[in-house]
Amino acid sequence: MTKSKSAYSTPSKLGKLDTHIIVVWVDNESGVLARVVGLFSGRGYNIESLAVAEIDNKQNISRITIVTTGTPQVIEQIKLQLKKLVPVHKVADFEREDKKVIFKEMALLKIVANQAKIKKSLNACKKYNPVILDKTNKSVVIQVTALRREIDKMTKNLKPLGLVSASRTGAVAMTRGAEIFK
Amino acid sequence: MSKLISGAEIVFKALEDQNVEFIFGYPGGAVLPIYDELKNHKKIKHILVRHEQGAGHAAEGYARSSGKPGVVLVTSGPGATNVVTALTDAYMDSVPLVCISGQVPTHLIGTDAFQECDTTGITRPCTKHNWLVKDINDLPKIMHRAFEVATTGRPGPVLVDIPKDIQFAKTKYSKPKKEKKLNGKIKTKFNQKDIDQLINLMIKAKKPIFYTGGGVINSGPKASELLRELVNITGFPITSTLQGLGAFPGDDSQFIGMLGMHGTYEANNAMHDCDLLINIGARFDDRITGKIDEFSPNSKKVHIDIDPSSINKIVKVDLAIVGDVAEVISSTTKSLKNKNLNLEKSNKQKISSWWEKIQKWRTKKSLDYINSDKIIKPQHAVQRLYELTKNRDTYITTEVGQHQMWAAQHYPFSKPNRWMTSGGLGTMGYGLPAAVGVQIAHPKKLVVDIAGEASVLMTIQEMSTAVQYNLPIKIFILNNQYMGMVRQWQELLHEKNYSESYSAALPDFVKLAEAYGCVGIRAKTPGELDEKIQEMIDVDKPVIFDCCVDPHENCFPMIPSGKPHNQMLLGPKDQEENKITGKGKTLV
Repeated sequence: MTKSKSAYSTPSKLGKLDTHIIVVWVDNESGVLARVVGLFSGRGYNIESLAVAEIDNKQNISRITIVTTGTPQVIEQIKLQLKKLVPVHKVADFEREDKKVIFKEMALLKIVANQAKIKKSLNACKKYNPVILDKTNKSVVIQVTALRREIDKMTKNLKPLGLVSASRTGAVAMTRGAEIFK
Repeated sequence: MSKLISGAEIVFKALEDQNVEFIFGYPGGAVLPIYDELKNHKKIKHILVRHEQGAGHAAEGYARSSGKPGVVLVTSGPGATNVVTALTDAYMDSVPLVCISGQVPTHLIGTDAFQECDTTGITRPCTKHNWLVKDINDLPKIMHRAFEVATTGRPGPVLVDIPKDIQFAKTKYSKPKKEKKLNGKIKTKFNQKDIDQLINLMIKAKKPIFYTGGGVINSGPKASELLRELVNITGFPITSTLQGLGAFPGDDSQFIGMLGMHGTYEANNAMHDCDLLINIGARFDDRITGKIDEFSPNSKKVHIDIDPSSINKIVKVDLAIVGDVAEVISSTTKSLKNKNLNLEKSNKQKISSWWEKIQKWRTKKSLDYINSDKIIKPQHAVQRLYELTKNRDTYITTEVGQHQMWAAQHYPFSKPNRWMTSGGLGTMGYGLPAAVGVQIAHPKKLVVDIAGEASVLMTIQEMSTAVQYNLPIKIFILNNQYMGMVRQWQELLHEKNYSESYSAALPDFVKLAEAYGCVGIRAKTPGELDEKIQEMIDVDKPVIFDCCVDPHENCFPMIPSGKPHNQMLLGPKDQEENKITGKGKTLV
C-alpha cells in the first residue's frame, strides 16, 4: 500500500453489501428527481436502476423505485436522508430476496434473423410473458417482463439468435397481498 | 378582497411577518425590483456588504448569536455563486439562513442570459431545500415555507430564487399559517420508555460522560440552562465539541474541556475509557472520534439528536432518542427528580473513582505551553484577551486554523451563543463577516474576531462594511506569517516541507486599518500586550489588531495520526517520545 498523506482516516473494512429496492413517494415537481439522484451521487451511494413516473395526477405524486447496494448502515442512511427531503412523502425499503414483494422489469428486445431463429427466440422467452409488438419477415420486437437477472440471462442467450437491440426499464416493486405500504 | 401587490413587495411582507429586522445583501440587475421596494419598509434594515460571501457569513453570525434566522439578499449569477460557500458553511453547522436570490426573467431561463446561472441546481446540495419561483401565485407560500424549513428540526440554509419578472408580477398576499412542525415535515416524538432506559443506564454507569454539541445551542438558551441542571444533579463530567462551547460554563469544575483532535487530555481519555457516553446534540464528527475502530471501545452509547439521519451514521449507538434537546433533557431531569434519584449523592461513591482518574489526567495540564518574555506566544495572547474581556458579555468569532483552536482552548465561555466559529466546513474568512453580523445583532456588546493573518485576508473587504455601519468589531489577528495549521501538518507529516504555507508578502495591517478608516494597533512584545489589548477594547471603532506572535508555535495537544483518543501528543516536551510513524500519517 502506498503511503497516503491524506488529512482523513483510511477506510475501515467494508461490511457485506446487500441489494435493496427503495421506493420513494414524492411530490411531482420540477427538480425532485435531481434532489433524489443528487443525494445518491453526492453521498456516494450506488444506483443500479431507477424507475420514475407519476402515479396520482390529482395529488401530484410520483413514485420513484431505486435499486441500490450498500452495507446495512448505508441502506439505513439512504432511507433517513431521503426522508429529510422536503418533497418526499414516504420511503419504503425492500430486500431483493423478500418473498412478500414482487419485482419486475420490462424489456423490449429486437431480433433480426430468419424465421427459424425468430421462432427459437420466442421459445426462449416463453417463461417471461412475451408479447410480440411488431413483426416483419426478418425481424420481431418482443416485450418481456421479468427479474433483472432473468433478463440479463435472456439477452445473453438471445445474442446468437439475432438480438440487435435491447431497451430496458428499471425495476418496479409492489407488495403481495391486500396490504399496502403506509 | 385584498389588493394585488408585486412580488417584490410580497418578499418584504413575508419578511415583516417573520419579524425580520436585518437583511445582508448586495444589489444587482436581477434583484433591482426588490431593492426598489426596500425604501417602503422602514422596519427592515439592509446591510450592504462588499462581497456576497460576506453577506452569508454575516447572516450566520447574526443567526448564531441571536437565535433568529439570518436573511441574505443577492443577485443572480455571480451574486448567487459567491454565496455558495456561506450556504455550505451554514448547512454543515446547522445555521438557519434564508437566502433570496434574483434570477433572470423566466422567459430567459436556460438561454445562457447575462448573469444567469442554475442557482437552484448549484445550491441543491448545500441547502435544506430551495425553490425557483415560476408562478407569482406561489411566492407568498414559498416565502413562509422557506422560513419554516430553515428554522425547524435541524436548522439550516434555504434559498428562494425569484426571476425578475416574478418580482414585478402581482398577486394577492396571504399571511403565514401558524403551525409548528418539526423538520418542516416530520413530527418526531420520543417516548417515556426511551427516557427510562436512559435513566437506567445512568444509574448503572460507573464511568459516565456527557458529550455535548451544537445541538444544545441550536435548541435555544433554555436547553443550556436545562443541561446545566442535569449535569449538576447527576454529577457526571461533561465535555463539549467545538460548536457546543458555551452551552455549559467553561470554568465549571465538572467541565473537562473540549474533546477531539485538539481537545484536552482529560476529555479525550475520559471519552476513551468511559462506560456510558451520552451524546447530546453532537454528530460524531471525524475530528472528534479519531480512529473509529477504537473510539470509546467499552461504553454504552446514547445519542440524543433532532435529526434521525445523524443517528448511527458514524458510530452505532445503543440507545437513540430523536427529539429536541431541550425537551429530552427536561424529561430526563423530571423523571430523575420524580424517581427521587439524586444521582449526585447515591452515585457519588460509584463515580468517585472515575473523578479521581479524571483529576489525574487533569494534572497533565495538556493545554500548557512554554511561555516567553521575548516573543508573544499565541496562547498567551488569547489568555490575556480572555482575562481583559471576561468581565463583559463578549462575543467571539474566529477564522479557521491554529488560532481557532487556541481560541477554543484558552477562551472559556459561560453562556451559549457567544462563540461563532466555522467547524464543519472550516471556512477561512468566516470570522470577520460573522463579527459584522454579531455586532448588528448586539450593537452594544464587545465583539472580537480571533483571526489568523491568512484567513482574515480572504474576507478583509468587509472592514469597509464595519466602517459604514459604525460597527466597532475587533479583529484580533494572531499574526504568525504562516498558514499555521498547514505549516503544523507539514512539520509533523510532510518532513517539514513547508510548501506554499508561508506568506512572503503581507500587508501592513496597521496601515490597512487606517486605509479602511478604522484603527490599527500592533503588539510585538509580551510586555506591551495588555496595554494594547485594553486600548483595542476602549476604542469605540472597528479595530484591526496585529498581534505578532511566535511563527513556529504548534497547537497541542493533538490526537496524532492513526491513534485513538487515549494516545495524544502533548506539548513540546512530550513530542520526542511520541513520533508519528508509518501508517499513522494517513490519519490526521
